[in-house]
Amino acid sequence: MKQGNNAPAIRRTSQAGHAGKEKRMFHLMMLPGMIMLFLFTFVPLFGSLMAFQNYVPAKGIFGSKWVGLENFKFIFSLPDSRQVFVNTLVIAFAKLVLNIIVPVFFAILLNEITSKIFKRTFQTIVYLPHFLSWVVLATVVTNMFSLTGPFNAVISAVGGSPIQFLADNNWFRKVIVATDVWKEFGYNSVVYLAALTSIDLGLYEAASIDGANRFEQTLHITLPSLMPTVILMTALNLGNILNAGFDQVFNLYNPIVYETADIIDTYVYRIGMVERQYSIGTAVGLLKSVISFILIMGANKTAKKLTGSGIF
Amino acid sequence: MKKKMSFGKIISKVIIWAVVVIFTLSCLLPLLNMIAISFSGSDAVAANEVGLLPKDFNVSTYKKLLQDAQFWRSFLISVERVVLGLLINMFFTVSMAYPLSKSKLRFPARDVYIKFVIFAMLFSGGVIPLFMVVSNLHLTNTIWSLVLPGAVPVFNVILMINFFKGVPESLDEAARIDGASPIEILIKIYLPVSLPSLATVALFSIVNHWNDYFSGLIYMSKSAMYPLQTYIQQLTVDITQVTDAEQLKQIASMNNRTFNATKIVVSTIPLLVIYPFLQKYFVSGMVIGAVKE
Repeated sequence: MKQGNNAPAIRRTSQAGHAGKEKRMFHLMMLPGMIMLFLFTFVPLFGSLMAFQNYVPAKGIFGSKWVGLENFKFIFSLPDSRQVFVNTLVIAFAKLVLNIIVPVFFAILLNEITSKIFKRTFQTIVYLPHFLSWVVLATVVTNMFSLTGPFNAVISAVGGSPIQFLADNNWFRKVIVATDVWKEFGYNSVVYLAALTSIDLGLYEAASIDGANRFEQTLHITLPSLMPTVILMTALNLGNILNAGFDQVFNLYNPIVYETADIIDTYVYRIGMVERQYSIGTAVGLLKSVISFILIMGANKTAKKLTGSGIF
Repeated sequence: MKKKMSFGKIISKVIIWAVVVIFTLSCLLPLLNMIAISFSGSDAVAANEVGLLPKDFNVSTYKKLLQDAQFWRSFLISVERVVLGLLINMFFTVSMAYPLSKSKLRFPARDVYIKFVIFAMLFSGGVIPLFMVVSNLHLTNTIWSLVLPGAVPVFNVILMINFFKGVPESLDEAARIDGASPIEILIKIYLPVSLPSLATVALFSIVNHWNDYFSGLIYMSKSAMYPLQTYIQQLTVDITQVTDAEQLKQIASMNNRTFNATKIVVSTIPLLVIYPFLQKYFVSGMVIGAVKE
């Protein structure tokens, strides 16, 4: 009704009212989601106060005894937890490095294949393992690395003695890292393939006129062009250095290899959910969350500084 | 001279093809082996004679699986949670991403909300406190424990914010002058033009729900309530409980391997059905996911 009137003053109030209504509507739209986030993220955060308690489920958070940093001191006194920290860092760092090198290598090679049909087919196949769960792939991996699997068949064929890859502390971590790279290299190569297609073809033409061969072109044009993406991915993944991959390790490890396989998340699960030492488990988890959070914030800042874009 | 050059070129072409093919086969062959095992006789599997093709081809384990009530109950629970979880995820993704995609001028509280959302994505209280919240809300042993704790898929929300930001402001402007409410604008203008992006986040959500075994493992105390992945995880868990290397070897060669392989193959079929769509959309999702918010 008011809109029909052309008087500027009235029109302005109408628009202001409209904007206020819109803001209220926006808040209303945010409300259900914020309630869920509050319930399942912020309430648990409050619950992690039990890391500073000797938590007894019957007494709850308000009735349990506060013990300050006792739980953390206890954790640091356990040789197990130091080992778990080391395992986590070793596995996560190896994954971080190889999950960049291998996908870059694969993307560069795949980019050299000019047949569209074959390129598509290869991509379709290598992306597939990313979408399968570790529950399913654990069985596949166990088949491959079992005493009767293909790897041991090759070892016997060349006269070596069979290796129990998944029950051998010398091998377990290597298998974990290798199979993670195997599962993800296709998916991880997507960003590098995208970066490769945006390289100016004129650069290659100029280089070949100067007499540079394909390999030299890769070395001096392709790799430097991929560097910003590589740096961004490295920085973002650095924030994950305490995530060595719970699902994978949990579905592949066994007590024989706890010494090298046990990572923070599997440790928390066993202490907290299986042995029901809630306070200790929560303390380890909280420690991990805090360190990860600091690392992610730092990594994102670094990525923004280096390449102008971060994830948030 | 010219001939030598092209000879070198051929060699490098051959090497490139060989490496790419080896990488590709490494992804394909282990999966084919799993399928071959599921169609083989259990003696042949125990004797380790199955490679890429079934030996003593038969479908007996598939027939047996049709009768397996527990498997199908779990299958149904998984389907249920995917449908329910998808609806819930999409509701929260859209309802939060739309206001958050607006400029600070139109929605001044936006920055505060964004900080909360990102904090929720990056910082978690950990598995034990979450378990206690879910159990205090009496959600354990119900389907809600599988869909409510992850009701707001924060990463998808951020993806969707970026998608919505790409919609031309002029469309929105015109509708607002006509007096349309934000919800009308969202449903009539934003959603129709965002179908590919909605498909992307929907597919992520489907895959996550289908593949998740951990919520089932911690929130369900009865195996009758297990979703499919938890059920399969429990089939193979026995191996992880064994401390003796010799025993490990025995269990690995037990003849229920064919039956387990059948269950695994069938559990993967739904993913293979949506895989062509996944492949179509996830590339754009990944690329947009890497841009700044």
